[in-house]
Amino acid sequence: MAADMDASSVLDVRNLAVSFRTDRGEVPAVHDVSFTVKPGETLALVGESGSGKSVTSLAVMRLTPPAPQASLTGSILFRGRDGQVRDLATLAEHEMQAMRGNEISMIFQEPMTSLNPVHRIGDQIAEAVRYHRKVDRQAALDRAEELLVLVGIPEPRKRLKSYPHHLSGGMRQRVMIAMALACDPSVLIADEPTTALDVTVQAQILELLKELQERTGMAVVFITHNLGVVAEIADRVMVMYAGRIVERGGVVPLLKHPLMPYTHGLLRSVPRLELAAFGQAKLEAIRGNVPDPTRMPQGCSFHPRCDHAELGRCDRTIPILEEAEADHLVRCHRWRAIASVEA
Amino acid sequence: MARFIFGRVVQSLILLCLVSMIGFAVLHLAPGGPLAQFALVPGMSQADIARIAAQMGLDRPLPIQYWEWFTRLLLGDWGNSYRDSQPVLSVIGSRLGATLQLMVTATLIAIVLGVWIGVMGAIRRYSVFDYLGTIGAMIALSIPTFWFGLVMIYIFSVKLGWLPSGNRSTVGDGSFFDYAYHLIAPSIVLALVEVAVWSRYMRSSMLDVINQDFIRTARAKGLPERVVLFHHTMRNALLPMITLAGLELPVLLSGALVTETVFTWPGMGRLFLDSLGYRDYPVVMGILMFSAVLVLVGNLLADCFCAIADPRIRLD
Repeated sequence: MAADMDASSVLDVRNLAVSFRTDRGEVPAVHDVSFTVKPGETLALVGESGSGKSVTSLAVMRLTPPAPQASLTGSILFRGRDGQVRDLATLAEHEMQAMRGNEISMIFQEPMTSLNPVHRIGDQIAEAVRYHRKVDRQAALDRAEELLVLVGIPEPRKRLKSYPHHLSGGMRQRVMIAMALACDPSVLIADEPTTALDVTVQAQILELLKELQERTGMAVVFITHNLGVVAEIADRVMVMYAGRIVERGGVVPLLKHPLMPYTHGLLRSVPRLELAAFGQAKLEAIRGNVPDPTRMPQGCSFHPRCDHAELGRCDRTIPILEEAEADHLVRCHRWRAIASVEA
Repeated sequence: MARFIFGRVVQSLILLCLVSMIGFAVLHLAPGGPLAQFALVPGMSQADIARIAAQMGLDRPLPIQYWEWFTRLLLGDWGNSYRDSQPVLSVIGSRLGATLQLMVTATLIAIVLGVWIGVMGAIRRYSVFDYLGTIGAMIALSIPTFWFGLVMIYIFSVKLGWLPSGNRSTVGDGSFFDYAYHLIAPSIVLALVEVAVWSRYMRSSMLDVINQDFIRTARAKGLPERVVLFHHTMRNALLPMITLAGLELPVLLSGALVTETVFTWPGMGRLFLDSLGYRDYPVVMGILMFSAVLVLVGNLLADCFCAIADPRIRLD
């Protein structure tokens, strides 16, 4: 079953679902998520907090809690360096360990707390090299130094001996990137890597990621809630809401002609300078909040917040993810009606 | 680092002065006194007792007595025991070894067992082992030391005859094994509460660390779980335990006092209780000051070790 993966993709996620066991029963976090990523491509995963984008990425890494606490279904097909296709969803834990940080890596939102405070930077990077490449400590440290050069950290030899608290947030995120790239992964998952950083540093980190991607040809899954960042780096976009994909497509069509009212709302809530100049700087927020996963609304989970919701339809049945145009999927009962009104 | 240590030493000295004042005042305010024993001697008149009091300096106002005792203490003269006129320091010195032997053994048991129970409990949270550890710790913390000691003696010495009921060694047998054999029961009794405390602290410290972002990073690197647990989690979780070791010193000292009494252990704790009964002021004050110094030095050392083990506190 793993063999029928599209030859041009490196990662092919199908019908991924994750739910957590809590005191209040089984809580679903992600439903029926499918996407593919090609080498060299950047897929942006967009959504508010609680939309399931982080859980999706952790599930791909198999970093969600083990079996009784969380359940994971669907398949995560991954083409390894050896050309073999594996389903990460069913891989044994020790086989998964050999993949993590080696062929598929991840960087996280919080560079301040994502590094171990009691170990030296060099050792933390070298560790990833040593466990996957079976080289000795010195060779691993040499590789760590190379990586620090790659991510643009000045005085790399000296920095190997630094502890995380000696470094700024931006520098720590560079170290995290170096660590993730230690074994030349073919997929890098970046979970809001710039959210916790200063704006100027954000731009530098984005620039660095783009440059590294061009150099290595790796695929990047970039998780963010910032549509400005999406426009800058993504080739394709996947918008998530309440654990489901609500719209997916190429970056230009999706940002220029969004079909789903939720994507509209996200775009309208981005501050825009050219409007401010005309005194129209009023920011539009999407009313309401992301629903509580234990009390999901009936029907389309976005309908209580949607201006276009049709009673009797949107609050009854969950819309399917349908192809509106070539490579542009939308999950909405009313996208046709909305599109014709706007046009 | 040097400034930090200097500051802590000054703090400790002030604290020692306070301890000595309060200890001295409380001891002298307690009813009875070293003269009470003479009152029972036949043919002893009030005038005789007053003469003895004057000789011992006990008829003078308390602040003056304190001042005399304190100035001599600073010069290294800790006074002589009222009971046998031996210098206080040599009396303490003759008992120190037994107490340290007991305390060190109990601490080792507590650290090894406590850390192990805590780590296993945290890794297998809500497992049968974890629940047993939690319930066991609660029981261990609620059992009075003296009672547990008596039960140990009753079961293992009286009923089963496996272990000696007291003393540090058999008279005439000074072998290592004889000492170790005598050490088993009292060190287990003294360690019981400590094992409970260590296991609880270690468990919660492990759980604190295991939910940190950098543990997720370690897993994302593809490290085997064993490396994640021991190299990344435990290394961080042990840091607060250094402070705990310092904080537990006073508990250990007071525990030793009870344990030594139950097991007729010839240590400082039993000496303290005996001397208290005799109102042997110099010895009681001597042990009090000595224990205070031990606790303060222990905590100072713990803080220094903390600074060495944790790169974030390392002051350079």
